[in-house]
Amino acid sequence: MTPVVRSVVAKIATYVAVCLLVVFFALPLLWLAITPFTPQPTYRVSLSGFTLDNFAQLGDNPQVWPSIRNSLVLAGGSALVVIALASLAAYALSRVQVPGRDQLLYALLLLSSIVTGTAAMVPIFLMLFQLGLIDRQVGVVLVLTGGLLPAAIFILKDFVDSIPRSYEESARVFGASASQILRHIVLPVIRPGMATVGVWALVQVWGNFLIPYVLLADPRKQPAAVVMYTFYDAGGQPDFALISTFALVYSVPVVVLYLVVNRRYGFAFQGGIKG
Amino acid sequence: MPTTSPVSEQGQQAGPAAAAQAATRSTRGPTRRHDPDVAGLGRPRALAFVAPALLLVSVFLVFPAIWTLYLGLLDYSLTGAGAQALTFVGLGNYVSALTDPQFHRSLYLTLVYVFGSAVIGQNVLGFLLAWFLSRADRVVRSVLTILVLLAWILPGSVVAFLWQALLDRRNGTLNALLGTTDQAWVLDHPMWVIVIFNIWRGTAFSVLLYTAALTSVPRSHLEVARMAGASSWQQLRDVVLPTIRGHILTNTLLITLWTFNDFSPYLLTAGGPDGASEILPIYIYREAIIGGHLGFGSAISLLLLLTNLVIAVFYIRLLRTRSRGQEA
Repeated sequence: MTPVVRSVVAKIATYVAVCLLVVFFALPLLWLAITPFTPQPTYRVSLSGFTLDNFAQLGDNPQVWPSIRNSLVLAGGSALVVIALASLAAYALSRVQVPGRDQLLYALLLLSSIVTGTAAMVPIFLMLFQLGLIDRQVGVVLVLTGGLLPAAIFILKDFVDSIPRSYEESARVFGASASQILRHIVLPVIRPGMATVGVWALVQVWGNFLIPYVLLADPRKQPAAVVMYTFYDAGGQPDFALISTFALVYSVPVVVLYLVVNRRYGFAFQGGIKG
Repeated sequence: MPTTSPVSEQGQQAGPAAAAQAATRSTRGPTRRHDPDVAGLGRPRALAFVAPALLLVSVFLVFPAIWTLYLGLLDYSLTGAGAQALTFVGLGNYVSALTDPQFHRSLYLTLVYVFGSAVIGQNVLGFLLAWFLSRADRVVRSVLTILVLLAWILPGSVVAFLWQALLDRRNGTLNALLGTTDQAWVLDHPMWVIVIFNIWRGTAFSVLLYTAALTSVPRSHLEVARMAGASSWQQLRDVVLPTIRGHILTNTLLITLWTFNDFSPYLLTAGGPDGASEILPIYIYREAIIGGHLGFGSAISLLLLLTNLVIAVFYIRLLRTRSRGQEA
């Protein structure tokens, strides 16, 4: 093959590969984009007609808006606690030497994978029952926060690590106190890190099904992830009009939030994950 | 992430030459030796900063985790004899797990799932996408990035419905597209379904990480290679891959651990048909929550955790060899 032919073949192969990838990633999303606007929605993706009638279902069902509000409370609460506690811990762990620090963080990361798993559900349930936190949203927030904190501290510690120590050194030379250093030097620099961790936590909790499902019995307190599985009609058939519109409404906030923070700070792991 | 530790440790242990070399990449190792507490925080205040997080993690993470491990030593069930009187069976649960053919099959399926969808699937596709996107034009880049990210950030409950709609036997999009009627993908190819599902769901993380990693490859190195007549493939192999080896290991470690503990295939196949896609998290769920065999389920959880631990140690070893090799 001559170089020209070869480069043409390579171009065509690239285009085909890109098209296939777009189809692969877009195909499952079609249903979410189209079905809420279809008359008589089912699993079938069809372009027959356009209607906004399905959205009326959202107003008719009394659980829809409270469940979104509950999701906001759980996700927002957990994100705030995670940001606050993880920033403090990450800063201290990055700047003050503690023996065995890295091993401790590794161990916590590994443990966090079983606590979010199914086997630990029974101990967690029993413990919250003893603490009187069953069926209370604060219990869900605490459990989720405990599971998210190790990874959050991990990510944030890397952000703090990437701040040159000379910043603080020079501030101290000029007589700044520890709290001034925190407020005027550290906080502005790690703010993107805090945003990253906050959005990450928010997305995790927003989509979490298992923990609120196990810990909250009262339907009025349950978040959208749990309530979505209750939208079946009397015959046990999924109520597609309600499910599709609800899925869209439930997805939009987390996507918008992600895009806003992504645009503002970028989700690069610069200074973050490195080898 | 955690992998920064080998570098700083090297800086402290190795000679001045190594420390200087480390300093060119990281300001941490050497400066830490001058002043262990650069911010003037003081040990009491540092402890006060760490304490709230540590308290929450201890109560709501470490304690239930240890409780789970302890349950693994008991004959503890929600029904039957184990519910009335708790007996200490020591390693009995572990022996019955390790000799249970269902556990063997489940472990095998988990390994297939992890290697197919994470170590190979997400990793390779994520890298190729990052490599391609870094040189693609703006429209293509934004479209692909948004699609890949959407698959990652949509809530799990929504994603479950999307894939039901895609694979549904009668009305599914895939059957409509391929013209196949009445093809039950979930029943006929359950492992393929969950592997491809996880590639779809999780590749975004690898794309993000590798995109960041590729920006750390010095442009001048690539240019030198190009001027010397290296093809794209040769540039990739000789310049890019060696530079980002650490990122590759970190990424592989994280996605391996996440995939090992991934429960979401349950939403697609529920482990079926007849256990054909019953990976370990689903096996644990079926034994512990549905079957009520809490002790047995906890024992398998510990085995899963140990597998994770072995993998983590293996990766960290690899990383250490790498940084030692570079600094020697």
